[in-house]
Amino acid sequence: MADHRPTGIKRWLFTTNHKDIGTMYLWFSFIMFLIGGAMAMVIRAELYQPGLQFVEPNFFNQMTTMHGLIMVFGAVMPSMVGLANWLIPMQIGAPDMALPRMNNWSFWILPFAFTLLLSSLFMEGGAPNFGWTFYAPLSTTYGPPSTDFFILGVHMMGISSIMGAINVIVTVFNMRAPGMTLMKMPLFVWTWVITAFLLIMVMPVLAGAVTMMLTDRHFGTAFFDAAGGGDPVMFQHIFWFFGHPEVYIMILPAFGVASEIIPAFARKKLFGYSSMVYATASIALLSFIVWAHHMFTVGLPVAGELFFMIATMFIAVPTGVKVFNWVATMWQGSMTFETPMLFAIAFVILFTIGGFSGVMLAMAPVDFQYHDTYFVVAHFHYVLFPGAIFGTTAAVYYWLPKWTGKMYDERLGKIHFWWSMIAVNLTFFPMHFSGLAGMPRRIPDYNMMFADFNQLASIGAFALGLSQLFFLFVIIKAIRSGKKADDRPWDGATGLEWEQLPCPAPYHTFDTPPKVS
Amino acid sequence: MSQEKKTDNKKLIIKLMGVVAGMFLFAFALVPLYDVFCEITGINGKTRGQALYKQVAVDRERLVTIEFLTNVNRGMPWQFEAEVKSVKVHPGELNEVIFYAKNRANETLVGQSVPSVSPGQGALYLNKTECFCFEKQVLTAGEEVKMPMKFYIDQAIPQDITHLTLSYQLFNVTEAAQAELVATK
Repeated sequence: MADHRPTGIKRWLFTTNHKDIGTMYLWFSFIMFLIGGAMAMVIRAELYQPGLQFVEPNFFNQMTTMHGLIMVFGAVMPSMVGLANWLIPMQIGAPDMALPRMNNWSFWILPFAFTLLLSSLFMEGGAPNFGWTFYAPLSTTYGPPSTDFFILGVHMMGISSIMGAINVIVTVFNMRAPGMTLMKMPLFVWTWVITAFLLIMVMPVLAGAVTMMLTDRHFGTAFFDAAGGGDPVMFQHIFWFFGHPEVYIMILPAFGVASEIIPAFARKKLFGYSSMVYATASIALLSFIVWAHHMFTVGLPVAGELFFMIATMFIAVPTGVKVFNWVATMWQGSMTFETPMLFAIAFVILFTIGGFSGVMLAMAPVDFQYHDTYFVVAHFHYVLFPGAIFGTTAAVYYWLPKWTGKMYDERLGKIHFWWSMIAVNLTFFPMHFSGLAGMPRRIPDYNMMFADFNQLASIGAFALGLSQLFFLFVIIKAIRSGKKADDRPWDGATGLEWEQLPCPAPYHTFDTPPKVS
Repeated sequence: MSQEKKTDNKKLIIKLMGVVAGMFLFAFALVPLYDVFCEITGINGKTRGQALYKQVAVDRERLVTIEFLTNVNRGMPWQFEAEVKSVKVHPGELNEVIFYAKNRANETLVGQSVPSVSPGQGALYLNKTECFCFEKQVLTAGEEVKMPMKFYIDQAIPQDITHLTLSYQLFNVTEAAQAELVATK
C-alpha cells in the first residue's frame, strides 16, 4: 500500500498514524524535559550557596512546583506514551492503534494543557507555588489566582492520559496478531497494559481532587476547609491515592524497556518472563494500598503506620524479583556494551539504589527524621532520573534505527552515557547526606553546614543539564547524517518489530497480520 | 477494520469508560467514607457529640493532663481564650472549664468553634456533657461572654495516654448563619 498522507503541518495536525503520533509525543516530552530542566537549573543555581542570590523565595517556590509538574506530567508520562505509540502496534503485529483518531486528539490536548500551565508564570501573583503535590490549604485558601489555570491544565492532561490508556488497552486486547497470546507479548507491552490500567484507575481520582479544589476555591464548598467541616488531611489521602500509583505509572514502562534491552545485549532470553509479568502486576496492585506512607507524620494511629509500613515493604519483594531477573539475564550472557545496554545497566543499578532509599523511607519510625528532607528528594530523583529517564533514553538509542533507519554515533552515545552517569550521581548522591543531616526540601536558603553538599549537587546538575543538550545533538546528528542502519542492527534483538520489519519501519506496517511463532 | 472488531472495541471502551467514571465518583465517595471511617475509629481527633455523665467510680490512681488551645480563624475578630491553660483530672470525674469570648468588631457576628483532640486516639475517651461548641454563639458588637464546658475522661482511656490536648478553632460563620436564617423564613 502506498503511503498516502498530507504534507507539511497538516500531516502532523491531522495524522492518525501511530508512528507520527509517537514521534510527536516523544518530541513534545523532550521539549518539556528541557523546560523543566531549565527550572531545575534555576533551583540549583540558587542553592549553589547559602543565602539568597538570584531569585525571590516566592519565585523559587514557583520553580520547584513547576519543575515537578512539568517533569511528571509533561516529560515522563508523554515520553512513555510516545514509546507505547511507536512500539505496541509493531510488537503485537497490529496495523495501528485501535482508536487512531482519539490518539490524535489525546496528543493534541497536551500542547494546550501545558501552554495553560506555563502561561501562569507570566500572570499576576505568579505561577502555582505550593509544590507539585498541591496540598490544601496552600493550593485552596492560599493559592495564587493562577491556580485555576493549573486546575484546568491538570484536567486536560488527565483526559489526555485516560484516552491514551484506553487506547493502549483496547489495542492490546483486540488487535493482537493471531497467535500472539498474552503470555507471548513482549514485556514492554505487558508493563504498558498494566500502566494503562493504573492510569484509568487513578487519573479520575486526581481529576476529582482538583475538582474539589476548584469548588472549594470558588463555589463555597468546604471539602478541605475545616471552617466548613472539611479536612485538609483528607486532601493528602485523596492526592496520594492517586499519587502512589502515579509513581509506578512513571516507572513500569521503563521496567519494560529494560526487559527488552538487557536480553538483546546479553544475547539470552529474558530470565523468568512469567515472574516478570506477575511481579509487575503485583507492584501495581500493591500500589493501591500504600498511599499513606507519604503521610506518616500527619498523626496516623500506630495501627495505620504499621499497616502502611508493612504493605510498602511488601513492594520490595516483586521489585526484588525484577532486579534479580535482570541480573540473572545478564549472568553468563555474551554481553556487549552498546549505548542502550549501558543505559539499561545503569538503570538497574541506580534504580536499585533508589529502591533501597525507598525501603528506608518506608520505615515509619525513621521516616519522621527523613520526612520532607533532601533525602526524599534524593530518593525520588534516583528512581525518576536514572529510572524513568534513563529507561526512555535507552529506548531511544535502541529503537532509533527502527524509527529513523539511521544509526547514532556509538562514540558520541558512549560519551553521552558516561557524562550523564557521572553527572546524575554527582547531582543526587550528595542529597542523601544533606537530607540525613536535616536539610529541608523546597527552601531557597539553608544553613552553612549544608554548603559543600549543595555545591557538589549544583555542579553535577549543571553538567547533567548540559548532557541532555548533548543528547539532543547526538540524536539530531544521527537523524541528519547517521550511517544507514541494517535491518538487524542489534544481532540479539528479538520481537516482531526486529524480526519481521525493515529499518526504518515503513509508514504502514502489518496491514496483513504477521505469523507469530 | 472489520465490523466485528469495531463492536468488540466499542464494548471494551464502554467498560473502560465505566471504570473511569466509577473512579471519578469514588474520589468523591472518599469524602463521606473518610468521615465515617474516622468516626468509627476515632482517629481523627474529632470528639463525639453531647455525652451524658454517668455517676461512676472515679479512678483516683490516675491523673490525665488536659491542655486547652484556642485559635481564631482568619477573618474572625474575636478574642477567645480558656481561663486555665491546663487541668489535671482523674478519669471518671466531671470537670468544668470556663472559656471566654469577646466580639471586638462593631457588628453582630456569629461564631462556631470546632474541637479537635490530640493524640487523635484520645478523642473517643474525652466526653463533653456541655459545650459551647454544640451550638453557634451570637455576639453583638463588643459583647463578651463566659462559656462553660463540662467534660469527663472515660476510665477506659489507655494507660499510655497521660496528656490530651483539646483545641478549639473559632470560625466566623456569620454569612452561613444569615443564609440559613433566610432559608428557614
